[in-house]
Amino acid sequence: MEIDLSIDPALVRKILTAFIKTEIGRANFSRAVVNLSGGLDSSVSCALASEALGAENVLALRLPYKTSSQDSLEHAQLLIDQLGVRSLTIPISEMADALFARDPEMSPVRRGNIMARARMIVAYDQSEAFRGLVVGTGNKTEILLGYSTLYGDSACAINPIGDLYKTQVRQLARAMDIPEAIITKPPSADLWQGQTDEGELGFTYADVDRLLYLLVDQRYRPEECVEAGFEKVFVHKVVERVRRNQFKRVLPPIAKLSSRTIGYDFLYLRDWGT
Amino acid sequence: MKLNLALAQINTKLGDVNANLEKHMALVNEAKSSGAELVLFPELSLTGYVLQDLVPSVATLTEAHDPVFRHLLQASQALDIVVGFVDEDARHRFYIASAYLSGGEIVHIHHKVYLPTYGLFDEGRFFAPGNTIRAFNTRFGRMGMLICEDFWHASPPYLLWLDGADLLLFSSASPGRGLNAETKLESSAWVEHTNRAYAGLFTTFVAHTNRTGFEDGLNFWGGSTVYDPNGDLLVQGPYFEEALTLCEIDLNQLHRTRARLPLLRDERPDLVEREIKRILHGN
Repeated sequence: MEIDLSIDPALVRKILTAFIKTEIGRANFSRAVVNLSGGLDSSVSCALASEALGAENVLALRLPYKTSSQDSLEHAQLLIDQLGVRSLTIPISEMADALFARDPEMSPVRRGNIMARARMIVAYDQSEAFRGLVVGTGNKTEILLGYSTLYGDSACAINPIGDLYKTQVRQLARAMDIPEAIITKPPSADLWQGQTDEGELGFTYADVDRLLYLLVDQRYRPEECVEAGFEKVFVHKVVERVRRNQFKRVLPPIAKLSSRTIGYDFLYLRDWGT
Repeated sequence: MKLNLALAQINTKLGDVNANLEKHMALVNEAKSSGAELVLFPELSLTGYVLQDLVPSVATLTEAHDPVFRHLLQASQALDIVVGFVDEDARHRFYIASAYLSGGEIVHIHHKVYLPTYGLFDEGRFFAPGNTIRAFNTRFGRMGMLICEDFWHASPPYLLWLDGADLLLFSSASPGRGLNAETKLESSAWVEHTNRAYAGLFTTFVAHTNRTGFEDGLNFWGGSTVYDPNGDLLVQGPYFEEALTLCEIDLNQLHRTRARLPLLRDERPDLVEREIKRILHGN
Protein backbone atom coordinates (compact mmCIF):
# COMPACT_ATOMS: atom_id res chain seq x y z
CA MET A 1 0.00 0.00 0.00
CA GLU A 2 1.56 3.24 -1.13
CA ILE A 3 1.14 6.34 0.98
CA ASP A 4 2.72 9.28 -0.72
CA LEU A 5 1.63 12.73 0.36
CA SER A 6 4.11 14.50 -1.89
CA ILE A 7 2.78 17.41 -3.87
CA ASP A 8 4.10 19.54 -6.69
CA PRO A 9 4.26 22.88 -4.86
CA ALA A 10 4.51 24.93 -8.07
CA LEU A 11 1.21 23.51 -9.35
CA VAL A 12 -0.54 23.99 -6.01
CA ARG A 13 0.74 27.53 -5.74
CA LYS A 14 -0.54 28.38 -9.19
CA ILE A 15 -4.03 27.01 -8.49
CA LEU A 16 -4.35 28.52 -5.02
CA THR A 17 -3.20 32.02 -5.92
CA ALA A 18 -5.58 32.02 -8.90
CA PHE A 19 -8.34 30.79 -6.59
CA ILE A 20 -7.76 33.62 -4.11
CA LYS A 21 -7.60 36.30 -6.77
CA THR A 22 -10.65 35.03 -8.64
CA GLU A 23 -12.91 34.36 -5.69
CA ILE A 24 -12.11 37.59 -3.88
CA GLY A 25 -12.61 39.49 -7.12
CA ARG A 26 -16.00 37.88 -7.73
CA ALA A 27 -17.16 39.08 -4.35
CA ASN A 28 -16.18 42.59 -5.53
CA PHE A 29 -13.15 42.82 -3.30
CA SER A 30 -9.47 43.10 -4.09
CA ARG A 31 -8.00 42.78 -0.62
CA ALA A 32 -7.56 40.17 2.08
CA VAL A 33 -7.25 40.00 5.85
CA VAL A 34 -5.36 37.14 7.49
CA ASN A 35 -5.10 36.29 11.16
CA LEU A 36 -1.37 35.63 11.33
CA SER A 37 -0.58 33.50 14.35
CA GLY A 38 3.07 33.01 13.52
CA GLY A 39 2.38 29.36 12.75
CA LEU A 40 2.71 27.38 9.56
CA ASP A 41 -0.84 27.46 8.21
CA SER A 42 -1.54 31.16 8.57
CA SER A 43 1.92 31.96 7.21
CA VAL A 44 1.20 29.96 4.05
CA SER A 45 -2.29 31.48 3.64
CA CYS A 46 -0.83 34.96 4.10
CA ALA A 47 1.97 34.32 1.60
CA LEU A 48 -0.51 32.95 -0.95
CA ALA A 49 -2.79 35.97 -0.49
CA SER A 50 0.16 38.31 -0.89
CA GLU A 51 1.26 36.58 -4.07
CA ALA A 52 -2.30 36.57 -5.42
CA LEU A 53 -3.31 40.14 -4.58
CA GLY A 54 -0.07 42.04 -4.05
CA ALA A 55 1.47 42.69 -0.63
CA GLU A 56 -0.18 46.11 -0.32
CA ASN A 57 -3.59 44.46 -0.54
CA VAL A 58 -3.06 42.08 2.36
CA LEU A 59 -3.55 42.99 5.99
CA ALA A 60 -1.88 40.59 8.43
CA LEU A 61 -3.27 40.74 11.95
CA ARG A 62 -1.24 39.87 15.01
CA LEU A 63 -3.75 39.32 17.80
CA PRO A 64 -1.88 38.27 20.93
CA TYR A 65 -3.32 37.41 24.31
CA LYS A 66 -1.09 38.39 27.20
CA THR A 67 0.10 34.80 27.67
CA SER A 68 0.74 34.20 23.96
CA SER A 69 4.26 33.11 23.28
CA GLN A 70 6.71 35.80 22.24
CA ASP A 71 7.91 33.44 19.50
CA SER A 72 4.49 33.54 17.86
CA LEU A 73 4.56 37.32 17.66
CA GLU A 74 8.12 37.41 16.40
CA HIS A 75 7.56 34.75 13.79
CA ALA A 76 4.51 36.61 12.52
CA GLN A 77 6.61 39.76 12.26
CA LEU A 78 9.32 37.87 10.43
CA LEU A 79 6.83 36.91 7.74
CA ILE A 80 5.24 40.37 7.61
CA ASP A 81 8.68 41.88 7.01
CA GLN A 82 9.58 39.26 4.43
CA LEU A 83 6.38 39.67 2.43
CA GLY A 84 5.97 43.41 2.94
CA VAL A 85 2.26 43.03 3.70
CA ARG A 86 0.43 45.55 5.83
CA SER A 87 0.00 44.66 9.47
CA LEU A 88 -1.74 45.57 12.68
CA THR A 89 -1.15 44.29 16.19
CA ILE A 90 -4.31 44.30 18.28
CA PRO A 91 -4.10 42.55 21.67
CA ILE A 92 -7.22 40.60 22.61
CA SER A 93 -6.34 40.45 26.33
CA GLU A 94 -8.93 43.01 27.46
CA MET A 95 -11.71 41.45 25.39
CA ALA A 96 -10.98 37.97 26.63
CA ASP A 97 -10.24 38.92 30.26
CA ALA A 98 -13.62 40.61 30.57
CA LEU A 99 -15.24 37.22 30.00
CA PHE A 100 -12.65 35.19 31.88
CA ALA A 101 -13.28 37.37 34.97
CA ARG A 102 -16.89 36.17 35.13
CA ASP A 103 -15.78 32.64 35.93
CA PRO A 104 -12.45 32.07 37.64
CA GLU A 105 -12.97 28.30 37.26
CA MET A 106 -13.16 28.53 33.49
CA SER A 107 -11.57 25.53 31.76
CA PRO A 108 -8.67 25.94 29.33
CA VAL A 109 -10.95 24.81 26.50
CA ARG A 110 -13.49 27.53 27.27
CA ARG A 111 -10.74 30.10 27.54
CA GLY A 112 -9.20 28.89 24.29
CA ASN A 113 -12.55 29.10 22.50
CA ILE A 114 -13.10 32.66 23.74
CA MET A 115 -9.67 33.69 22.49
CA ALA A 116 -10.27 32.10 19.09
CA ARG A 117 -13.63 33.86 18.81
CA ALA A 118 -12.21 37.19 19.99
CA ARG A 119 -9.70 36.92 17.14
CA MET A 120 -12.54 36.18 14.74
CA ILE A 121 -14.34 39.36 15.88
CA VAL A 122 -11.25 41.46 15.27
CA ALA A 123 -10.62 39.85 11.87
CA TYR A 124 -14.16 40.50 10.69
CA ASP A 125 -14.05 44.05 12.00
CA GLN A 126 -10.82 44.65 10.09
CA SER A 127 -12.41 43.00 7.08
CA GLU A 128 -14.92 45.85 7.00
CA ALA A 129 -12.39 48.54 7.89
CA PHE A 130 -9.78 47.39 5.33
CA ARG A 131 -12.37 46.27 2.75
CA GLY A 132 -10.74 42.87 2.51
CA LEU A 133 -12.08 39.33 2.82
CA VAL A 134 -10.92 37.05 5.60
CA VAL A 135 -8.72 34.31 4.15
CA GLY A 136 -8.89 31.09 6.12
CA THR A 137 -6.01 29.15 7.57
CA GLY A 138 -7.48 25.72 8.36
CA ASN A 139 -5.79 22.71 6.74
CA LYS A 140 -7.44 19.42 5.74
CA THR A 141 -6.10 17.56 8.76
CA GLU A 142 -7.59 19.92 11.31
CA ILE A 143 -10.86 20.30 9.41
CA LEU A 144 -11.30 16.52 9.30
CA LEU A 145 -10.36 16.11 12.95
CA GLY A 146 -12.47 19.10 13.97
CA TYR A 147 -9.42 20.55 15.66
CA SER A 148 -10.65 24.13 15.61
CA THR A 149 -13.08 26.47 17.33
CA LEU A 150 -16.40 26.73 15.50
CA TYR A 151 -16.99 30.38 14.51
CA GLY A 152 -13.49 31.06 15.82
CA ASP A 153 -10.36 30.21 13.87
CA SER A 154 -12.47 28.27 11.37
CA ALA A 155 -14.39 31.41 10.33
CA CYS A 156 -13.38 32.80 6.95
CA ALA A 157 -14.68 33.96 3.56
CA ILE A 158 -12.52 31.57 1.52
CA ASN A 159 -10.03 28.90 2.46
CA PRO A 160 -7.17 28.22 0.05
CA ILE A 161 -5.42 25.49 2.09
CA GLY A 162 -8.36 23.40 3.32
CA ASP A 163 -7.64 20.56 0.87
CA LEU A 164 -3.99 20.18 1.92
CA TYR A 165 -2.93 17.96 4.80
CA LYS A 166 -0.62 19.51 7.35
CA THR A 167 2.39 17.70 5.94
CA GLN A 168 1.48 19.02 2.48
CA VAL A 169 1.15 22.58 3.78
CA ARG A 170 4.70 22.17 5.08
CA GLN A 171 5.92 21.20 1.59
CA LEU A 172 4.21 24.26 0.14
CA ALA A 173 5.74 26.43 2.87
CA ARG A 174 9.23 25.29 1.92
CA ALA A 175 8.62 26.17 -1.73
CA MET A 176 7.29 29.58 -0.73
CA ASP A 177 10.34 30.40 1.37
CA ILE A 178 8.45 30.67 4.63
CA PRO A 179 11.08 31.23 7.35
CA GLU A 180 12.54 27.92 8.55
CA ALA A 181 11.77 28.73 12.20
CA ILE A 182 8.05 28.74 11.34
CA ILE A 183 8.24 25.51 9.34
CA THR A 184 10.14 23.48 11.91
CA LYS A 185 8.58 24.55 15.22
CA PRO A 186 5.97 22.24 16.80
CA PRO A 187 2.47 23.28 15.62
CA SER A 188 0.47 24.94 18.39
CA ALA A 189 -2.80 26.83 18.76
CA ASP A 190 -0.94 28.80 21.46
CA LEU A 191 -4.10 29.14 23.53
CA TRP A 192 -2.28 28.20 26.72
CA GLN A 193 1.35 27.90 27.60
CA GLY A 194 3.07 24.73 26.47
CA GLN A 195 0.12 23.66 24.30
CA THR A 196 1.04 21.74 21.15
CA ASP A 197 -1.32 20.24 18.59
CA GLU A 198 0.33 16.85 18.69
CA GLY A 199 0.41 16.80 22.51
CA GLU A 200 -3.28 17.62 22.68
CA LEU A 201 -4.38 15.30 19.86
CA GLY A 202 -2.29 12.42 21.16
CA PHE A 203 -0.70 11.58 17.82
CA THR A 204 1.60 13.16 15.25
CA TYR A 205 0.59 14.90 12.03
CA ALA A 206 2.95 12.61 10.15
CA ASP A 207 0.96 9.58 11.33
CA VAL A 208 -2.55 10.97 11.16
CA ASP A 209 -2.02 12.49 7.70
CA ARG A 210 -1.01 9.09 6.35
CA LEU A 211 -4.04 7.48 7.94
CA LEU A 212 -6.47 10.17 6.78
CA TYR A 213 -5.04 9.93 3.28
CA LEU A 214 -5.92 6.23 3.22
CA LEU A 215 -9.35 6.64 4.81
CA VAL A 216 -10.53 9.78 3.05
CA ASP A 217 -8.62 10.18 -0.20
CA GLN A 218 -8.08 6.52 -1.04
CA ARG A 219 -11.32 5.21 0.53
CA TYR A 220 -9.70 2.34 2.47
CA ARG A 221 -11.81 0.70 5.17
CA PRO A 222 -10.64 1.20 8.77
CA GLU A 223 -9.86 -2.53 9.11
CA GLU A 224 -7.67 -2.36 6.01
CA CYS A 225 -5.70 0.46 7.65
CA VAL A 226 -5.20 -1.76 10.70
CA GLU A 227 -4.00 -4.56 8.42
CA ALA A 228 -1.60 -2.08 6.86
CA GLY A 229 0.02 -1.56 10.25
CA PHE A 230 -1.83 1.31 11.92
CA GLU A 231 -2.69 0.74 15.61
CA LYS A 232 -6.30 -0.34 16.00
CA VAL A 233 -6.93 2.13 18.82
CA PHE A 234 -5.44 4.96 16.79
CA VAL A 235 -7.54 4.13 13.73
CA HIS A 236 -10.70 3.94 15.82
CA LYS A 237 -9.95 7.22 17.55
CA VAL A 238 -9.40 9.05 14.26
CA VAL A 239 -12.45 7.55 12.53
CA GLU A 240 -14.61 8.52 15.48
CA ARG A 241 -13.16 12.02 15.62
CA VAL A 242 -13.86 12.61 11.95
CA ARG A 243 -17.45 11.42 12.37
CA ARG A 244 -18.11 13.34 15.57
CA ASN A 245 -16.92 16.62 14.06
CA GLN A 246 -19.02 16.57 10.91
CA PHE A 247 -21.14 19.34 12.48
CA LYS A 248 -18.20 21.72 12.17
CA ARG A 249 -17.99 21.11 8.43
CA VAL A 250 -21.58 21.89 7.43
CA LEU A 251 -24.00 24.74 7.83
CA PRO A 252 -26.53 24.26 10.63
CA PRO A 253 -29.46 22.18 9.36
CA ILE A 254 -32.66 24.07 8.69
CA ALA A 255 -35.89 22.30 9.65
CA LYS A 256 -37.70 21.70 6.37
CA LEU A 257 -41.29 22.92 6.18
CA SER A 258 -41.90 24.48 2.78
CA SER A 259 -41.61 23.00 -0.70
CA ARG A 260 -38.35 24.82 -1.25
CA THR A 261 -35.87 25.04 1.56
CA ILE A 262 -32.45 26.61 1.78
CA GLY A 263 -29.82 23.91 1.85
CA TYR A 264 -32.02 21.12 0.44
CA ASP A 265 -33.70 22.24 -2.75
CA PHE A 266 -32.60 25.83 -3.17
CA LEU A 267 -29.26 25.12 -4.73
CA TYR A 268 -26.90 27.73 -6.11
CA LEU A 269 -23.16 28.14 -5.94
CA ARG A 270 -21.81 31.12 -4.10
CA ASP A 271 -20.43 32.31 -7.45
CA TRP A 272 -23.97 32.56 -8.84
CA GLY A 273 -24.11 35.29 -11.48
CA THR A 274 -20.39 36.07 -11.40
CA MET B 1 -6.88 19.28 -47.35
CA LYS B 2 -6.11 21.56 -44.45
CA LEU B 3 -8.38 22.70 -41.65
CA ASN B 4 -7.54 25.63 -39.43
CA LEU B 5 -8.95 24.83 -36.04
CA ALA B 6 -9.22 27.17 -33.05
CA LEU B 7 -9.68 25.92 -29.50
CA ALA B 8 -11.34 28.65 -27.42
CA GLN B 9 -10.72 27.65 -23.81
CA ILE B 10 -12.61 30.29 -21.90
CA ASN B 11 -13.76 31.10 -18.42
CA THR B 12 -17.49 31.75 -18.08
CA LYS B 13 -19.79 33.81 -15.91
CA LEU B 14 -22.04 31.45 -13.97
CA GLY B 15 -25.59 31.83 -15.23
CA ASP B 16 -24.98 35.02 -17.24
CA VAL B 17 -25.68 33.99 -20.83
CA ASN B 18 -25.41 37.48 -22.29
CA ALA B 19 -21.99 38.13 -20.80
CA ASN B 20 -20.81 34.74 -22.04
CA LEU B 21 -22.26 35.35 -25.49
CA GLU B 22 -20.33 38.59 -25.70
CA LYS B 23 -17.13 36.71 -24.94
CA HIS B 24 -18.00 34.12 -27.60
CA MET B 25 -18.47 36.83 -30.21
CA ALA B 26 -15.12 38.41 -29.34
CA LEU B 27 -13.35 35.04 -29.58
CA VAL B 28 -15.13 34.16 -32.81
CA ASN B 29 -13.89 37.41 -34.32
CA GLU B 30 -10.38 36.81 -33.07
CA ALA B 31 -10.44 33.26 -34.45
CA LYS B 32 -11.72 34.54 -37.77
CA SER B 33 -9.03 37.16 -38.10
CA SER B 34 -6.44 34.50 -37.23
CA GLY B 35 -7.60 32.47 -40.21
CA ALA B 36 -9.54 29.82 -38.27
CA GLU B 37 -12.28 27.93 -40.09
CA LEU B 38 -13.73 26.13 -37.06
CA VAL B 39 -13.74 27.33 -33.47
CA LEU B 40 -14.48 24.94 -30.63
CA PHE B 41 -15.88 26.21 -27.31
CA PRO B 42 -16.04 24.16 -24.08
CA GLU B 43 -18.95 22.37 -22.41
CA LEU B 44 -21.73 24.73 -21.28
CA SER B 45 -19.70 27.65 -22.61
CA LEU B 46 -22.75 29.92 -22.78
CA THR B 47 -23.89 29.27 -19.22
CA GLY B 48 -21.15 28.06 -16.87
CA TYR B 49 -20.98 24.58 -15.38
CA VAL B 50 -22.30 24.07 -11.82
CA LEU B 51 -25.69 25.50 -12.67
CA GLN B 52 -27.86 23.58 -10.22
CA ASP B 53 -31.14 25.50 -9.86
CA LEU B 54 -30.06 27.98 -12.56
CA VAL B 55 -30.63 25.35 -15.28
CA PRO B 56 -34.19 26.38 -16.29
CA SER B 57 -33.31 30.08 -16.39
CA VAL B 58 -30.32 29.72 -18.72
CA ALA B 59 -31.83 27.16 -21.11
CA THR B 60 -32.08 27.97 -24.81
CA LEU B 61 -34.81 26.92 -27.20
CA THR B 62 -32.81 26.38 -30.36
CA GLU B 63 -35.89 25.94 -32.53
CA ALA B 64 -37.24 29.40 -31.81
CA HIS B 65 -35.69 32.63 -32.99
CA ASP B 66 -33.57 32.63 -29.92
CA PRO B 67 -31.64 35.91 -29.59
CA VAL B 68 -28.55 34.10 -28.38
CA PHE B 69 -28.44 31.67 -31.26
CA ARG B 70 -29.28 34.38 -33.78
CA HIS B 71 -25.94 36.05 -33.08
CA LEU B 72 -24.00 32.83 -33.18
CA LEU B 73 -25.70 31.65 -36.37
CA GLN B 74 -24.91 34.95 -38.01
CA ALA B 75 -21.27 34.58 -37.00
CA SER B 76 -21.24 31.05 -38.40
CA GLN B 77 -21.49 32.55 -41.88
CA ALA B 78 -17.79 33.33 -41.54
CA LEU B 79 -16.53 30.25 -39.74
CA ASP B 80 -17.95 27.10 -38.19
CA ILE B 81 -18.65 27.21 -34.46
CA VAL B 82 -19.14 24.55 -31.80
CA VAL B 83 -20.83 26.02 -28.74
CA GLY B 84 -21.91 24.55 -25.40
CA PHE B 85 -25.31 25.39 -23.92
CA VAL B 86 -28.39 24.11 -22.08
CA ASP B 87 -30.93 22.82 -24.59
CA GLU B 88 -34.58 22.77 -23.57
CA ASP B 89 -36.75 20.50 -25.69
CA ALA B 90 -40.40 21.01 -26.58
CA ARG B 91 -41.44 18.94 -23.55
CA HIS B 92 -39.22 21.09 -21.27
CA ARG B 93 -36.51 18.61 -20.56
CA PHE B 94 -33.08 20.15 -20.13
CA TYR B 95 -29.94 18.75 -21.76
CA ILE B 96 -26.26 19.59 -21.64
CA ALA B 97 -25.72 20.23 -25.34
CA SER B 98 -23.19 21.11 -28.02
CA ALA B 99 -24.25 22.62 -31.32
CA TYR B 100 -22.27 22.64 -34.56
CA LEU B 101 -23.12 25.82 -36.46
CA SER B 102 -22.11 26.53 -40.05
CA GLY B 103 -23.27 28.87 -42.81
CA GLY B 104 -26.03 30.27 -40.62
CA GLU B 105 -27.49 26.81 -39.91
CA ILE B 106 -27.51 24.41 -37.01
CA VAL B 107 -25.80 21.39 -38.55
CA HIS B 108 -25.99 19.11 -35.53
CA ILE B 109 -26.86 19.12 -31.84
CA HIS B 110 -25.47 16.55 -29.44
CA HIS B 111 -27.08 15.98 -26.06
CA LYS B 112 -24.67 14.70 -23.41
CA VAL B 113 -25.45 11.04 -22.94
CA TYR B 114 -23.48 10.25 -19.80
CA LEU B 115 -24.29 12.60 -16.92
CA PRO B 116 -21.84 12.04 -14.09
CA THR B 117 -23.73 11.85 -10.81
CA TYR B 118 -21.10 10.78 -8.34
CA GLY B 119 -18.27 12.34 -6.37
CA LEU B 120 -18.35 16.07 -6.94
CA PHE B 121 -20.77 15.73 -9.87
CA ASP B 122 -24.54 16.03 -9.72
CA GLU B 123 -25.59 16.36 -13.37
CA GLY B 124 -28.22 13.60 -13.30
CA ARG B 125 -30.15 15.58 -10.72
CA PHE B 126 -30.58 18.59 -13.00
CA PHE B 127 -30.40 17.30 -16.57
CA ALA B 128 -31.98 14.72 -18.85
CA PRO B 129 -29.54 12.35 -20.58
CA GLY B 130 -29.18 12.38 -24.35
CA ASN B 131 -30.13 9.26 -26.22
CA THR B 132 -28.19 9.33 -29.49
CA ILE B 133 -24.62 9.30 -30.66
CA ARG B 134 -24.38 10.32 -34.30
CA ALA B 135 -21.67 11.54 -36.63
CA PHE B 136 -22.57 14.35 -39.04
CA ASN B 137 -21.28 15.86 -42.27
CA THR B 138 -19.53 19.21 -42.36
CA ARG B 139 -17.80 21.12 -45.11
CA PHE B 140 -14.53 19.63 -43.82
CA GLY B 141 -15.69 16.03 -43.68
CA ARG B 142 -17.58 13.88 -41.22
CA MET B 143 -17.25 14.70 -37.54
CA GLY B 144 -18.64 13.71 -34.16
CA MET B 145 -19.15 15.67 -30.95
CA LEU B 146 -18.98 14.39 -27.39
CA ILE B 147 -19.19 16.17 -24.06
CA CYS B 148 -16.87 15.38 -21.16
CA GLU B 149 -18.18 12.21 -19.43
CA ASP B 150 -19.29 10.92 -22.84
CA PHE B 151 -15.66 10.26 -23.66
CA TRP B 152 -14.79 8.77 -20.27
CA HIS B 153 -16.82 5.89 -21.69
CA ALA B 154 -15.19 4.03 -24.56
CA SER B 155 -18.34 3.29 -26.55
CA PRO B 156 -19.31 6.82 -27.72
CA PRO B 157 -16.00 7.53 -29.50
CA TYR B 158 -16.12 3.99 -30.90
CA LEU B 159 -19.64 4.53 -32.26
CA LEU B 160 -18.68 7.85 -33.84
CA TRP B 161 -15.68 6.17 -35.46
CA LEU B 162 -17.89 3.50 -36.99
CA ASP B 163 -20.40 6.16 -38.02
CA GLY B 164 -17.72 7.82 -40.14
CA ALA B 165 -16.31 10.58 -37.96
CA ASP B 166 -12.71 11.39 -38.84
CA LEU B 167 -12.51 14.33 -36.49
CA LEU B 168 -13.79 13.92 -32.96
CA LEU B 169 -14.70 17.22 -31.30
CA PHE B 170 -14.64 16.90 -27.51
CA SER B 171 -15.63 19.63 -25.11
CA SER B 172 -15.55 19.67 -21.35
CA ALA B 173 -15.76 21.62 -18.13
CA SER B 174 -13.38 19.36 -16.28
CA PRO B 175 -12.73 20.23 -12.64
CA GLY B 176 -9.06 19.78 -11.74
CA ARG B 177 -8.53 17.12 -9.08
CA GLY B 178 -6.09 14.48 -7.93
CA LEU B 179 -3.00 16.00 -6.38
CA ASN B 180 0.34 14.21 -6.17
CA ALA B 181 3.99 14.93 -6.85
CA GLU B 182 3.41 15.19 -10.62
CA THR B 183 3.38 18.52 -12.41
CA LYS B 184 -0.17 17.99 -13.63
CA LEU B 185 -3.34 16.98 -11.82
CA GLU B 186 -4.58 13.40 -12.19
CA SER B 187 -7.69 14.62 -14.03
CA SER B 188 -5.57 16.37 -16.68
CA ALA B 189 -3.26 13.40 -17.07
CA TRP B 190 -6.23 11.01 -17.41
CA VAL B 191 -8.01 13.07 -20.08
CA GLU B 192 -4.84 13.58 -22.11
CA HIS B 193 -3.95 9.92 -21.88
CA THR B 194 -7.43 8.88 -22.98
CA ASN B 195 -7.75 11.34 -25.84
CA ARG B 196 -4.39 10.33 -27.15
CA ALA B 197 -5.47 6.70 -26.96
CA TYR B 198 -8.66 7.40 -28.96
CA ALA B 199 -6.65 9.20 -31.64
CA GLY B 200 -4.25 6.27 -31.94
CA LEU B 201 -6.80 3.44 -31.58
CA PHE B 202 -9.21 4.96 -34.07
CA THR B 203 -6.54 6.53 -36.31
CA THR B 204 -8.51 9.75 -36.19
CA PHE B 205 -8.15 13.39 -35.14
CA VAL B 206 -9.23 14.23 -31.61
CA ALA B 207 -9.67 17.89 -30.66
CA HIS B 208 -10.59 18.76 -27.07
CA THR B 209 -11.47 22.14 -25.56
CA ASN B 210 -11.66 22.39 -21.79
CA ARG B 211 -12.70 25.50 -19.90
CA THR B 212 -10.71 27.52 -17.38
CA GLY B 213 -11.50 29.59 -14.31
CA PHE B 214 -13.15 28.74 -11.01
CA GLU B 215 -16.64 28.07 -9.72
CA ASP B 216 -16.54 28.32 -5.94
CA GLY B 217 -13.66 26.01 -5.02
CA LEU B 218 -13.56 24.10 -8.32
CA ASN B 219 -10.74 24.92 -10.74
CA PHE B 220 -11.01 24.16 -14.45
CA TRP B 221 -7.67 23.34 -15.95
CA GLY B 222 -7.85 24.27 -19.65
CA GLY B 223 -5.01 22.52 -21.44
CA SER B 224 -6.98 21.97 -24.68
CA THR B 225 -5.38 19.55 -27.12
CA VAL B 226 -5.38 18.24 -30.66
CA TYR B 227 -4.05 14.73 -31.35
CA ASP B 228 -3.49 13.44 -34.87
CA PRO B 229 -4.33 9.96 -36.24
CA ASN B 230 -0.93 8.69 -35.11
CA GLY B 231 -1.75 9.70 -31.54
CA ASP B 232 0.77 12.51 -31.67
CA LEU B 233 0.06 15.78 -29.89
CA LEU B 234 -0.23 18.61 -32.42
CA VAL B 235 -0.94 21.45 -30.04
CA GLN B 236 -1.82 22.16 -26.44
CA GLY B 237 -3.30 25.27 -24.85
CA PRO B 238 -1.97 26.53 -21.52
CA TYR B 239 -3.17 25.07 -18.25
CA PHE B 240 -5.59 27.17 -16.17
CA GLU B 241 -5.52 30.26 -18.40
CA GLU B 242 -7.92 31.46 -21.04
CA ALA B 243 -6.50 31.09 -24.54
CA LEU B 244 -7.34 30.80 -28.18
CA THR B 245 -5.11 28.00 -29.45
CA LEU B 246 -4.75 27.60 -33.19
CA CYS B 247 -3.93 24.40 -35.00
CA GLU B 248 -3.62 23.67 -38.68
CA ILE B 249 -4.77 20.12 -39.30
CA ASP B 250 -3.64 18.27 -42.38
CA LEU B 251 -6.59 16.00 -43.09
CA ASN B 252 -4.46 14.01 -45.56
CA GLN B 253 -2.78 12.51 -42.49
CA LEU B 254 -5.80 10.20 -42.33
CA HIS B 255 -4.74 8.71 -45.67
CA ARG B 256 -1.13 8.21 -44.61
CA THR B 257 -1.90 6.74 -41.20
CA ARG B 258 -4.62 4.39 -42.40
CA ALA B 259 -2.45 3.21 -45.29
CA ARG B 260 0.11 2.16 -42.71
CA LEU B 261 -2.30 0.99 -40.02
CA PRO B 262 -5.67 -0.22 -41.41
CA LEU B 263 -7.44 -0.59 -38.05
CA LEU B 264 -10.64 0.89 -39.46
CA ARG B 265 -10.59 -1.45 -42.48
CA ASP B 266 -10.11 -4.48 -40.25
CA GLU B 267 -12.59 -3.52 -37.54
CA ARG B 268 -15.42 -6.07 -37.12
CA PRO B 269 -18.58 -4.23 -36.06
CA ASP B 270 -20.67 -7.25 -37.09
CA LEU B 271 -18.76 -9.34 -34.58
CA VAL B 272 -19.24 -6.62 -31.96
CA GLU B 273 -22.96 -6.58 -32.69
CA ARG B 274 -23.21 -10.35 -32.35
CA GLU B 275 -21.31 -10.45 -29.09
CA ILE B 276 -23.19 -7.49 -27.61
CA LYS B 277 -26.46 -9.19 -28.46
CA ARG B 278 -25.24 -12.36 -26.77
CA ILE B 279 -24.10 -10.41 -23.69
CA LEU B 280 -27.37 -8.49 -23.45
CA HIS B 281 -29.83 -11.16 -24.45
CA GLY B 282 -27.98 -14.43 -23.96
CA ASN B 283 -28.33 -15.54 -27.57
